[in-house]
Amino acid sequence: MYRSHVLVCGGTGCTSSHSAEIIEKLEQELKAKDLENEVKVIKTGCFGLCALGPVMIVYPEGCFYSEVKVEDVPEIVEEHLLKGRMVKRLLYEETVHKDDIKPLNETNFYKKQHRVALRNCGVIDPENIEEYIAMDGYQALAKCLTELTPDEVIQIVKDSGLRGRGGGGFPTGLKWSFTAKNSADQKYVVCNADEGDPGAFMDRSVLEGDPHCIVEAMTICGYATGATEGYVYVRAEYPIAVHRLEVAIKQAREAGLLGKNIFNSGFDFDLHIRLGAGAFVCGEETALMTSIEGNRGEPRPRPPYPAVKGLFGKPTTENNVETFANIPQIILNGAEFFNSMGTEKSTGTKVFALGGKINNTGLVEIPMGTTLREIIEDIGGGIPNGKKFKAAQTGGPSGGCIPASLMDTPIDYDNLTAIGCMMGSGGLIVMDEDNCMVDIAKFFLDFTVDESCGKCTPCRIGTKRMRELLEKITDGKATLDDLDELESLAHYIKDNSLCGLGQTAPNPVLATLRFFKDEYISHIVDKKCPAGVCKKLISYSVDADKCKGCTACARKCPVGAISGAVKTAHTIDTSKCIKCGVCMDTCRFGAIVKK
Amino acid sequence: MKSLEELLAIRDKAKAAMTDREGTGDGIRVVVGMATCGIAAGARPVLNAFVDEVAKRNLKNVTVAQTGCIGMCQYEPIVEVFEPGKDKVTYVQVTPEKVAEIVASHIVNGNPVVDYTVGAVVKD
Repeated sequence: MYRSHVLVCGGTGCTSSHSAEIIEKLEQELKAKDLENEVKVIKTGCFGLCALGPVMIVYPEGCFYSEVKVEDVPEIVEEHLLKGRMVKRLLYEETVHKDDIKPLNETNFYKKQHRVALRNCGVIDPENIEEYIAMDGYQALAKCLTELTPDEVIQIVKDSGLRGRGGGGFPTGLKWSFTAKNSADQKYVVCNADEGDPGAFMDRSVLEGDPHCIVEAMTICGYATGATEGYVYVRAEYPIAVHRLEVAIKQAREAGLLGKNIFNSGFDFDLHIRLGAGAFVCGEETALMTSIEGNRGEPRPRPPYPAVKGLFGKPTTENNVETFANIPQIILNGAEFFNSMGTEKSTGTKVFALGGKINNTGLVEIPMGTTLREIIEDIGGGIPNGKKFKAAQTGGPSGGCIPASLMDTPIDYDNLTAIGCMMGSGGLIVMDEDNCMVDIAKFFLDFTVDESCGKCTPCRIGTKRMRELLEKITDGKATLDDLDELESLAHYIKDNSLCGLGQTAPNPVLATLRFFKDEYISHIVDKKCPAGVCKKLISYSVDADKCKGCTACARKCPVGAISGAVKTAHTIDTSKCIKCGVCMDTCRFGAIVKK
Repeated sequence: MKSLEELLAIRDKAKAAMTDREGTGDGIRVVVGMATCGIAAGARPVLNAFVDEVAKRNLKNVTVAQTGCIGMCQYEPIVEVFEPGKDKVTYVQVTPEKVAEIVASHIVNGNPVVDYTVGAVVKD
C-alpha cells in the first residue's frame, strides 16, 4: 500500500518538455530517500493544461505542480514527499488559496469542463489495465455481452444522440445499424485515429491517456454490428499513442477481454493496429480503408457505402477515436446520461484542442452548447499580451472561422453549419488582431494543395488555382475580378470533388470571405495588409524623431539594409529590405514603423 | 475474462489501491507530522501503519496525509484527526502499535482514544 501517489503527465506535450526525465529523477530520488515503497510514481495521459507543462499532481493532497523542471525534483521529494511541506513556488497559481490549496477542478480551466471522453486522461496509468478496470472499465462490455442483444446496444447508442466526432456529425447509432443490417461472412470495425488537421490533438490524447476505452468500445461495436475483427488506423507520427495502444491490446488479450469467447458469451473479437504514413487524405474513410488494404491511400466513390462494401469489400463500421471514447460511458450510464448534456440535436460533450493566441493552450472537454466566449475567456484564460480577439478557426483545413461578433453562438453541429463554419474534429485555433485572415486562408490552402491525393481533377487542379489566386491577392497584384473567380472556383470544387478532402478544402476561403471580405478588399484595392502580415504589402521605415542612432538595428539587419551614423537617425533601404522584422524586435525606442 | 464477477473482483482490488487519488473530500483526515522532529521520533512507520490499517479495513472517505512541524516537537510523532463538524483530536507520541487501536476505536467507531491524546499525556 502506497501512502502517496505522484501522477506525472506523460502526454506528448509534457514529454516534449522532459516529463520522462522528471519521472526518472523522481524514481532515483525516492530510492535514495528510501521512499520507493511508500510513494508510487504513475505516468498518466494528458491532463489538458498543456500550456503549463510539465505538470504533476501529488495525492492525497491533490496538489498540482506546474512547469516542473528536472532540477525541482529533489526539492519536491525532500520537502513534500518526505516532510509533507508543499513546494509553494511550483504550485499552479490559481490553486493557491491562503494557507491551503484549492482542488484543481475548481480552477477556471477545469471548472466549466465536463469530462466524458477524457474522464480517465491524467487520472489513470494508461499502461495498466487494472487502473482502467478500477474506473469501471470493461463493465460496459460485460453488460453488452451478458445482458443486451446487439439490437439493444444499437438502440442505446441511437437514443443517446451521439454523432460522429470526427467532423461529419453523422448519428453513430444509425451508422452501426446500417452495418448490422447487412449480412456477410465477415464484417469489420475500424477506428479512425488518423488525426491530420494542423492544431488538433484530441484523438492522440485519448489514445495516450486511455487506450483501453478504445479497445472496449470497438469490441462493443463489433458485438453490435456482428464484426469479429477491428483495425485501428493511427498515424505513425504518434509513437506514444501507438505504443500505449499496443500495450493495451496485449493486456486485453492476456485478460481474455479480446480473443475467443469473451465473457463466456461465445463472441470473438480481435484488434489490429495499422500505421498511417502521414497522408491527410487517409483520414477520409474510404481512403483509410484503401490504405489498410495495403494500397495507395486514395478515396473511392460512394455508394457503395462502407456499411455495404467497406474494408476488404466487407461491411464495415468506421468511427473516430473520440466517438468511440464516449461509448462505454453511454452503455454504462444509459442514453439518458448522455443526451441530458448538450443541446437538443447535438448531445453530450466535445473535446477541443485549444491552440494559437490563447493563454491556456491545451485540451478541453465541454458540453455542447457552450459558447465560444466561455471557451476563450473563461477556460482558455483569454488572449495573451492584452491583444484583441479576432476569430477562432475550427475544423482545420476543412473548417471555417467564427468571428468575434459571433462569439456568443452556442457551439454545436447545427449552429456552426448555420454560420458557414464546421465543427470539424475539434481543433480550435485562436487568432488575434495580428493575424491576417487572407494569410490564414492561404496557409490552409497550401496544406490541402500538398495533401490532395490527385485522384480527382477539381481537387488536384482546383485547389492549386485557388492558391495562385490567393498568392496574387497577398502579393498585391490581384483585381476584384480575381476575387469573384476565387469564390466561384471555391463553389465549383466543393460541388465536384470526389471525397471530403476536396469538398471541404475551399471552406477556409469561403468562411474568411464571408466574415472578412473587407480584408481581402484592402489587399486588392488599397494594396495593404491591415494586420501587417503579408510581406509584399508592408514596408518598414525609421521614425527619425524617435531614432536615437544606437545602431542596434543596423547591426542586427541580416541584409545590411539599414544605414546611418552613430547618434543620428538611421534609414532603411527598401530595395534591400527583406521585411523580416528583426529591426522592429531589436529597437528599444519604438522607432521602427511597419506600414 | 469469463464473468462479470471476475471483472468486479479485479476492479475492487485495483480501486482500493487508488483511493488516495479521490482527493480529500469531506471525509476524515488523518494528518501525521512529518517535519525533521517527527521523522526523528519515528513518524514514518506511524504514517505507513495508518495507510496500511486504512487499506486493510477498506475504509472509504478516510485520507491519510502528512504535514510539517506542528510545534510540540518533544511530543512527536504527533497525529491529528480531523472529522467534519467535530473538534480536532491530537494524538501525541504515537507508535505503530497504537495505530491499530486509534483506527479501530476512533476512526471506525467514533470514540477517540483519550489516553493517547495531547490532553492526557501533557497533564501527566
